[in-house]
Amino acid sequence: MSAVLPDNAPPVMHQSPGLWTLAWRRLLNDRVGVFCLAIVVAYVSMMLASYAGLVAGDWNKEKGVSYANPSFLAGAENLEAREVTNRDFGTTAKPVDLSDIDPLAPRYKEWEERAAKIAVTEVKRAETLAFGGDKWGRDVLEKAIKGSEVSIFVGLTAALFATLIGTILGALAGYWGGRVNDFLEWFYNIFTSIPYILLILAFAAVFKRGLDTIIVILALTGWTGIYRLVRAEYIKHGGREYVKAAQAIGASHFSRMFVHILPNASHVILVQLSQHVVSFIKAEVILSFLGLGVPVDMVSWGTMLAEAQNELVIGKWWQLFAAGASMAILVTAFSMLTDSLRDALDPKLK
Amino acid sequence: MWQMIPTLAGVILLIFFLFNWVGGDPAQVLAGKISNPEQIANIRKQLGVDQPYWYQLWVFVQQVFTFDFGRSWSTNEEVSRILLTRVGPTLTIMVPVLVIETVLAVALAVMVAYVRGSLTDRTIMVICTTAMSISFLVYIIFGQWLFGFILGWFPVQGWSESYWRNLTHYAPLPIMLAIFVGLAPALRLYRSFFLEEINQDYVRTARAKGLPEKTVMMKHVLRNALIPILTNVGIYLPSVFVGSFLLEVFFSIPGLGREIVTAVNRSDFPVIKAVTVYLAVLTMIVNLLVDVMYKLVDPRVSFK
Repeated sequence: MSAVLPDNAPPVMHQSPGLWTLAWRRLLNDRVGVFCLAIVVAYVSMMLASYAGLVAGDWNKEKGVSYANPSFLAGAENLEAREVTNRDFGTTAKPVDLSDIDPLAPRYKEWEERAAKIAVTEVKRAETLAFGGDKWGRDVLEKAIKGSEVSIFVGLTAALFATLIGTILGALAGYWGGRVNDFLEWFYNIFTSIPYILLILAFAAVFKRGLDTIIVILALTGWTGIYRLVRAEYIKHGGREYVKAAQAIGASHFSRMFVHILPNASHVILVQLSQHVVSFIKAEVILSFLGLGVPVDMVSWGTMLAEAQNELVIGKWWQLFAAGASMAILVTAFSMLTDSLRDALDPKLK
Repeated sequence: MWQMIPTLAGVILLIFFLFNWVGGDPAQVLAGKISNPEQIANIRKQLGVDQPYWYQLWVFVQQVFTFDFGRSWSTNEEVSRILLTRVGPTLTIMVPVLVIETVLAVALAVMVAYVRGSLTDRTIMVICTTAMSISFLVYIIFGQWLFGFILGWFPVQGWSESYWRNLTHYAPLPIMLAIFVGLAPALRLYRSFFLEEINQDYVRTARAKGLPEKTVMMKHVLRNALIPILTNVGIYLPSVFVGSFLLEVFFSIPGLGREIVTAVNRSDFPVIKAVTVYLAVLTMIVNLLVDVMYKLVDPRVSFK
């Protein structure tokens, strides 16, 4: 008698990994991709930490002297910084006595007394800051971190909205074809016949300034490329057998569009999303620089660059460097991650 | 050709919707903070915004076709005059940029595609990616400071009446910066066009019949890759007229781009409306011309 095999042993089933598992594995094998992903994750966590107030919460405080040197340049000559620190308020010449013709003269004393009651805490200002200070002695490094919050938030949200608009319109046009397609193509033609930057400026002219506005503007003007690609995917997939099979089992139009076809177009959408984040971060910086972006009480890399223009002339390069470099690193990492993502999702390319 | 008409109608509708509906009441902006209802009513009447929407739209359509957008709200200069005088400086900068950049990018892309996969190729691509990620603003601020302020090779900013003086004296630095910034993305894109062609069957055939690699690249690949390159230049062409508004702002060049930025800041709607409509028309015409040029370049293309 042969050995009795336990008949209740679980059958060895190898579930084949799905698209996303495979893509994730391919991405993990791509050393450049992983490195870039790490940088992007670091930036996003920095942004979240800054949003939660854990870092750079007091970026707006004037901690150092005006144009404080970066710590690693502590000994370097800095005329602008010295001028402020050495200012001696005690020895200013007495103004000419005008009390006999000055109608306000009798009240000066009263005002002085009132002024004396207000406690002014003189903050000890640092000579150097980690990465230098700006005109008001704010820490440039903290500004750059706080600025990343605005820039990344705008880039991500605007890209999400633009992708949403592009995907929905593209799905409608590609799936239904016919009149719907004609109408949406007309709409697409209108938006693309106006040069992109002009379209943004035209939208900026009519909306009020603000963080939400800039997101709306970028989303409303930036959906066209995604629309076109998603539409092409839907046209390609619309006639495939699996969609017909879905129809045969009674799947609704909505279900076919967004449950069946959408996952098959999602890799295209993800890559587009990632690309748009990069271009919107760049666009935000330029709009903020022109004063069309974030309000004055916020800091973004764009407003930092606007200040840096005048600082460079007097040799204060650190703000330009901090804003430029933090943006460049993020954008490089993000675009290389996009490339890796595309390779991972579509191995036929390369 | 005929599909231009619905598109133009759409553009007019979109701009009308933006500026006459979303834009709100311009009288409030123009009258300023100190104003009484009477003044506002006056301004509204002057601008015609007290009329019903269908009438305002009709006026706007008339403006588009008669090239008469009235006067600027902030400077009272005629809008058509503003456009005509500002387009010159913009083209002085942008035409050389477009020509030099395209020629350079195509030439470099052929060379890079020729040595594809080598260390040189990969190094250049990494440099391009890095160069693309630095903001245009940083290039301008740094370039203006280095070449204009520190080295003094070029004037920091300015513009004159004389065309030659502009071209030889004031324009070179902005042109140089624009080319420098535009080269990296163009090079990357054109390289990918060349690589796509290199994998085609006709290239293998050309090699198989014993042609040297140089002839294959210059005669076969280059000519076929020119088609997507032409499309790309065509897409880019209309924005030549907007110019690089950043360059114009930084270098005080009295061009269209700077005019638009000023108009946006001053809520000077007639100027923005006019520029947007006419550039949309221009874009459509350029697209049509590019389609016609396809036919000349590539005999396989036929019009449906």
